[in-house]
Amino acid sequence: MYHARAMTQDFPDSPPPSAADLGYAGATPVAGGNLPELSVSDLSRALKRTVEETFGYVRVRGEVSQPKRVSSGHLYLRLKDDQAVIEAVCWKGTVMRLAVKPEDGMEVVCTGRLTTYPGRSQYQLIIETMELAGEGALLKMLEERKRRLAAEGLFDAQRKRPLPFLPRVIGVVTSPTGAVIRDILHRLADRFPRHVLLWPVAVQGEQAAPQVARAIQGFNAIAPGGPVPRPDLLIVARGGGSLEDLMPFNEEIVVRAAAASQIPLISAVGHETDTTLIDFASDRRAPTPTAAAEMAVPVRAELMAQVMECGRRLEGTANRLLAERRNRVEGLARGLGDPRALLEGCAQRLDDRGERLALSMTGLIRRHRTEVAKLGAGLRHPAQVLGLAYARLDIASRGLSGGVTRLLTDRTTRAQTLAQRLTPQPLVRRAEEGGVRLADLGRRLDASFGRAVADGARRLEGQAKLLETLSYRGVLARGFALVTTADGHPVTKAADAPAGGRVRVEFIDGAVGATLDGEGAPAPVPTPAPPRESAPPPKPRASARPGGQGSLF
Amino acid sequence: MTELTLPADIKAMSFEDALGELERIVRQLEDGKAKLDDAIGFYERGTLLKRHCEGKLREAQEKVDRITLGGDGTVGMEPARID
Repeated sequence: MYHARAMTQDFPDSPPPSAADLGYAGATPVAGGNLPELSVSDLSRALKRTVEETFGYVRVRGEVSQPKRVSSGHLYLRLKDDQAVIEAVCWKGTVMRLAVKPEDGMEVVCTGRLTTYPGRSQYQLIIETMELAGEGALLKMLEERKRRLAAEGLFDAQRKRPLPFLPRVIGVVTSPTGAVIRDILHRLADRFPRHVLLWPVAVQGEQAAPQVARAIQGFNAIAPGGPVPRPDLLIVARGGGSLEDLMPFNEEIVVRAAAASQIPLISAVGHETDTTLIDFASDRRAPTPTAAAEMAVPVRAELMAQVMECGRRLEGTANRLLAERRNRVEGLARGLGDPRALLEGCAQRLDDRGERLALSMTGLIRRHRTEVAKLGAGLRHPAQVLGLAYARLDIASRGLSGGVTRLLTDRTTRAQTLAQRLTPQPLVRRAEEGGVRLADLGRRLDASFGRAVADGARRLEGQAKLLETLSYRGVLARGFALVTTADGHPVTKAADAPAGGRVRVEFIDGAVGATLDGEGAPAPVPTPAPPRESAPPPKPRASARPGGQGSLF
Repeated sequence: MTELTLPADIKAMSFEDALGELERIVRQLEDGKAKLDDAIGFYERGTLLKRHCEGKLREAQEKVDRITLGGDGTVGMEPARID
């Protein structure tokens, strides 16, 4: 996969070095063997010189293989590509300064010089610098590391601690020289001057990562209350640089230290566009050191204004509150009214009532006294009462005797008057008048009696005549006869007249006895009876009957 | 009013907490619903909190020390000069 190739300096197109070149001018060529004879050491030395002079400074790219750091501090490794391998060594002093820590399989570009190791017939590259080969590879490595650390949970959101609002002591991990610390201090001074503890570290090179990690741990190790104040907040800062320059802040040791920090930590490494792995582990990431200072502290002037504003509102609202309450109390007090006025009113009423009470008492007594006096005045002594009674009796008795006398006189007078008026004259007159009327009435009685008698006689006569005309005798007179039974009962029906029976037939002038011969008598010849007197005309029935009775005649 | 000493609980408060409580008290008073006695208590506490906040703001000082490491790894500090 890696098409690594050794990028060595082109070997000069000059002929191979002669022996003279190699500095063996003194050697004598051997005949038949024109070549001078060299000792191994000579040759090796010559080779060494040649290699070192020719390859005094090379830049070679290859893949790191089997890096091994020995106890002496030197680092041995091999650089290889698909066809060749070259031994390499990095001396202890250089290892510290390396930008990258070589790992197996890492593709790197190294600079250094070649030398030989005559004792082993070897040549090797002495590495001066080492960097990752190509951005992509470096990023790939970082990405892989980030993934691994994230899998451990080092970057978890719940690990992030809030920054203190106003830290008292700020620990800054950065280089003591350079713009970064100045920028931070300036911005802090602008906003809110604080006590700053600077932990000086190298910010690039081999030593940077361990120093930064040590500084973070060191700040966390400071116990509160000790001679050195424990910071409330840490800032790990570095200025901008190449990816390689920023590599210490990608180192695992630094990332782990930042993640483990108990003190909230702001990372501010490189410029805004640079992101290092410490940014993922820190509690806040600032794009620049200046921005880190802004995150670290609020603006003092604004806070003072805020506190003053709060104080002003506190005063105002307290005053308003009191004024409001006072107003209400006063308002209510007004509603209560003046107690003296109330008392005065009551006192006045009391006086009034008292006065009236006194007055009413005397008035009452006076009234009663008057009444008593009146009643007393009306009260008579019994003797007086008796005197009065006697007087009244006397008056009454006097009145009584006078009255009787007067009554008698009166009655006497009236009797005398009546007596004077009592005369027989009227009686006489009335007797006379009665006599006259009696005489008159006597005459009138006689006359009227005579008239009445005469009248009666006349009427009697008339009636007698009428009686006579109305009697059956009248009828008899007109020719009719009355048939009776022997004992005198009239026979009015033929059925009552049995044949052979004895009947009496009365006529006007007398009666005869007759015997009835029964039915079948011849009907009489109707002859008109001559009217003999002014008798009433016969009754229709009687006229209708002659047919039945004709035979009798 | 006599100068009241800050009670221990206020003294121990962070600036942020003190300011937060001060604002809460002010809001409560501005609501006008507090009883008078409570309101007076609130006011007194608010005044103390304000003084505490002011004190915290006043103690702003710029001081830069540099960490020094002793031979045995002990941490010390010395004034740093950064220019």
